[in-house]
Amino acid sequence: MPYFLAYEQFNDLITALTALGYRCLGPQVEDGSIVFDDLSDATQLPWGMRDQQKPGYYRLQKSELNEAFAWANGPQAIKPLLFKPKESLWRVERDEKGAFTFKETLPEHKPIALIGARACDLAAMAIQDKTLLQGQYVDPHYRWHREHLLVIAVNCSYSGGNCFCVSTQTGPKATSGYDLALTEVQNGFVVEIGSDKGLSLIESLHCVEASATKTAQAEERSNHAANMQTKRMPKDNSRALRDILMNNLDHPRWQEVAERCLSCGNCTAVCPTCFCHHQTEYPTVDGNGSVHAREWDSCFTEGHSAIHGQVVRDTTEKRYKQWLTHKLGTWWDQFDTSGCVGCGRCVTWCPVGIDLTEEMAAIAGEFNTKEKTS
Amino acid sequence: MEEIKPRIAIHKFTSCDGCQLAFLHLGEDLIRLAEKVDIVHFVEMGPINPTAKVDVAYVEGSISTPEEAKRIREIRDNSRYLVTIGACATSGGIQALRNFADTQSWMKAIYATPKTVSTLDTATAISKHVKVDYEIYGCPVNSQQVLASLLSLLQKVTPTARRDKVCLECKRLGYACVMVTKGEPCMGPITHTGCGALCPSLGRGCYACYGPAENINTDSLTQWLSSLGLSDAEISRHFLFIQNSAPGFKEAGLKLKKKKTP
Repeated sequence: MPYFLAYEQFNDLITALTALGYRCLGPQVEDGSIVFDDLSDATQLPWGMRDQQKPGYYRLQKSELNEAFAWANGPQAIKPLLFKPKESLWRVERDEKGAFTFKETLPEHKPIALIGARACDLAAMAIQDKTLLQGQYVDPHYRWHREHLLVIAVNCSYSGGNCFCVSTQTGPKATSGYDLALTEVQNGFVVEIGSDKGLSLIESLHCVEASATKTAQAEERSNHAANMQTKRMPKDNSRALRDILMNNLDHPRWQEVAERCLSCGNCTAVCPTCFCHHQTEYPTVDGNGSVHAREWDSCFTEGHSAIHGQVVRDTTEKRYKQWLTHKLGTWWDQFDTSGCVGCGRCVTWCPVGIDLTEEMAAIAGEFNTKEKTS
Repeated sequence: MEEIKPRIAIHKFTSCDGCQLAFLHLGEDLIRLAEKVDIVHFVEMGPINPTAKVDVAYVEGSISTPEEAKRIREIRDNSRYLVTIGACATSGGIQALRNFADTQSWMKAIYATPKTVSTLDTATAISKHVKVDYEIYGCPVNSQQVLASLLSLLQKVTPTARRDKVCLECKRLGYACVMVTKGEPCMGPITHTGCGALCPSLGRGCYACYGPAENINTDSLTQWLSSLGLSDAEISRHFLFIQNSAPGFKEAGLKLKKKKTP
């Protein structure tokens, strides 16, 4: 049973979350893009702002709609909160006798309530959960952040020029992974409940039930976002891409894309499912201690494939091939899913506008475009 | 018996003195460091002993005079390890722009009696003259870089530094890409990391003061900058700036400079 949260009640939501001890993060305009930052008042939201996205291009414009979530996405959402760009893992100290003590450095901060994650972000979080929480080795740091995160998703009512979540079946409407999911309609939001925490939160706000008109409007919004997408991943991002890629490792397209690729790693840094990292030692000057930290790395760096004095992937061609074959191909072998959620970030934030759907289409001999359906 | 501490020296050649400040900027860590090592020559800080035998010599500046060409060889002979710091020492620095010009004609144009000025026709990196054990990029280098190199050497470990592009650091720090959001020319995708993405943090493009990263694609960046509306001459100046004589930058810049404008 969906509820209705009026615009006037949005600050009540922030107040309630704050009272529950959460640090509230929400979308805001900063330096020309939508980023998530501390949110204490609804006026901070990006009212009326809309993103224009093309390969290697992102601009915000004021739209005629005075809505808070009229945009598609920004460079980051959930990933930097759970899989931190830089994080200390442990530290070691040496006492007077020369004995070493290792201490785990688990994070310590308030739980976070994130308002405004998109369906693609939640799909990506589910994939990162598989990578970092399942199997023999659970990442304690990721787990800590994950257990201290409340997600209030907002369904898209608009798709950016690089969005293709319809073809990856990961949006534009969130289906799981949220505590609450909002869809912006006239004068407020239709709210769906995703967890007990979400339910008690919405009950504390005394929200009314959403009328049939409002829920129909919400559905129409999601459909509109879906219909306006013109980009698609070949083979609808299915397991078939794995075999296509692995059977085309000598395709001439790899060399062509390598001529354009800067091997800078921007695509992997903005990708919400990329998890590669390196670990570095930060010793103290007196030589009696050291902090062991990890940082985001990328398959586009030399360090990523450096083994025993040799860099295995020493050319851009090899690195781009690693990125695409893993993301869309061998990810299936490893995690039984594609590594792509159709958010289009790698396309937008590539400084030279390389589009992975276009590259995949060239190799698969398929199209990466679709007609607008309305 | 008093412990014998490793001895270090900090030498200066043709440069602005800014990289040496990385040591002074260490603050309290400089005091801790001074307990571990003897700083025997560091004019900017006080001690002067230019011919001392040392374990590690840090060298700032490029070689631009006959006297410097001689002095660097003496320093090499006196040092177990030689580490260059900064753009001047690693690639020649801004003054290496003279390598693309006729030094003698400039001398005549500027000095009343050019004969009294003793200078070489070029300003070149230390590695063009003597064996360098380790190079630290930057204009200027920062305290954490020099400290990390020295701590590694003190622990008898080969210093390592990531040679990634500035972009990754920008993304880790959550800075908006100035090229994607504003169409602002940025050299970040070909520039060596280490500065903490200082310029993009202030909303401006990277100007490549840390020199080339590994595996750079100057042709592709040139093409993109051109599509953003920059002329060949403007793009050329982006390459031929502080790190004008660094490998990759020099070739890319000169190629554009020579290109005939249609």
